[in-house]
Amino acid sequence: MMARRGQWVQIHSILLKAGERAPSVPSDTADVPLELRVRGFLQDGSASIGQVVRILTAAGRLVEGALEIIEPRHVHDFGDYVPELSQAGDELTIWLAGGDENE
Amino acid sequence: MSDMSYESVMSRKAQIMRASIGIEYDKYELEGIGFDYEGLMSDTAYPMEEITAIQRETGVGNTPLVELKNITRLVREISEPGKGARIFLKDEAANPSGSFKDRRASVSVARAKELGYRGVIAATSGNYGAAVASQAMKRGLKCIVIQECYDRTGTGQPEILEKARACEAYGAEVAQLSVGPELFYYFLLLLEETGYFNASLYTPFAIAGIESLGFEIAQQSRRVIGKDPNFVLATHAGGGNLTGTARGLIKAGAEKTSVIGASVDLSGLHMASDRDFNRKSFTTGHTGFGIPFAVFPDRSDVPRNAARPLRYMDRYLLVKQGEVFYVTEMLARLEGLQRGPAGNTSLTAAIALARELPEDSTIVVQETEYTGAGKAPSAQLTFARKNGVKVVRGDPLTHDVPGKVIAIPENPSQIKYTELGLDRLRESYIRELIKRQIVPSEKDLDYLAREIKLTRDEAARLLKEVSR
Repeated sequence: MMARRGQWVQIHSILLKAGERAPSVPSDTADVPLELRVRGFLQDGSASIGQVVRILTAAGRLVEGALEIIEPRHVHDFGDYVPELSQAGDELTIWLAGGDENE
Repeated sequence: MSDMSYESVMSRKAQIMRASIGIEYDKYELEGIGFDYEGLMSDTAYPMEEITAIQRETGVGNTPLVELKNITRLVREISEPGKGARIFLKDEAANPSGSFKDRRASVSVARAKELGYRGVIAATSGNYGAAVASQAMKRGLKCIVIQECYDRTGTGQPEILEKARACEAYGAEVAQLSVGPELFYYFLLLLEETGYFNASLYTPFAIAGIESLGFEIAQQSRRVIGKDPNFVLATHAGGGNLTGTARGLIKAGAEKTSVIGASVDLSGLHMASDRDFNRKSFTTGHTGFGIPFAVFPDRSDVPRNAARPLRYMDRYLLVKQGEVFYVTEMLARLEGLQRGPAGNTSLTAAIALARELPEDSTIVVQETEYTGAGKAPSAQLTFARKNGVKVVRGDPLTHDVPGKVIAIPENPSQIKYTELGLDRLRESYIRELIKRQIVPSEKDLDYLAREIKLTRDEAARLLKEVSR
């Protein structure tokens, strides 16, 4: 898929490589790079995923990185049905109603 | 172009800080280990009337104080006769961006505007980002929020993703980093690149902005309850919430009100660990921030932290993750309020504490926050399960293990707090200084005593004990 100039995109870049991390970080963190993800409007004519591009962010900064997502959507949600939680809630509702739900 | 390596940027820290806050912190340094905290606060922040005026300009504050009558009734039912304090909730979700953080941001952003900065930057994965973004837009400033958001697989904590969405909704740029304290490095780089104002959570203006919360609680309590509250419970992380609230209470003359901090117990999880990052079901209000910031406040992103919780904390109570989810459900089911997670940590501690108190005593839980996708208990519990954390019904005291098991209480009697003795925190405070070669001596005793809320003699005794 190709992104067009002016399209809202997310880029990815490495700020610090695995060997450049702060001395204080635990080993599982030191073993991986410090990564940046930021979104903005594509400044290049057109680009495909993985290509290094420049974007203009909402604060007006020009940032360079590899094109990761075109028009990224917000993927977080309310999660699955959680029976343990729902059961706890129902118990409280029954208490508020004054006791047995079958009465 | 200046050197962008980690070491080089960190070595420019002092000059970057000076340019981005507009405070000569050096002026307040005392001989020895201390600094003139009250001098810093009174010179650089604003008096209460001005704080209130600034906050009214952007619709911040003046939030309702709601009595949780059904929860109080439930507490009394599971308590000994005559026990069960009245519980009130300060509904801070009514602020423009949905949390008390608007109070903090409002004053910082007003100051940035006053000093002529074109934009503001905040390093935060929490509600503060949305608050700074919202306030900055209202005052016509640019805004960048830097978050610690993703683990090595690029998986983001849902609550932090929600904050990013909110920041972008207000028109801010959101820079999302993977796990690691080097976020501070990138923060410095951006301050240098943009010349924006450092809207740190820990400047005198940010803390002064919270004082209005404590002030309002005292005034409203007098009106609604007819007296000052006996206890105010604050969810404790970086220390600003508790510090600002306590200072506001004192300014309102509510000197007898006890201020209690509450955090979610996440002991055993490493805060800078990529592996542990997404096994935490709370992104703030937990011991991973609460303890380090209490025992060494000057670890923050400013030369001297204006949030100094040990000066004000009367007790520190810990609760379990599963209890907070249970109480969040309880607040929805019994009081018709979907809020949290943040304020529900102190509400959980309040419920446990209320059982021990006489019926005529009162507790104010001093914040709520807006909730929604990513923040709701169902979102967090689903995420926990995906990261290998078990979710069960069971007594949290015996079943809850941070990063491994979340136990949702089987009944309200299983809501309990564990107390972390303040003396342990005070000892750690002294140890943290010594660890950094900041060794307190006889001439530092007055400062030390104020820092850890002891008399001079008590501080001297403790210092001797720890130094031995």
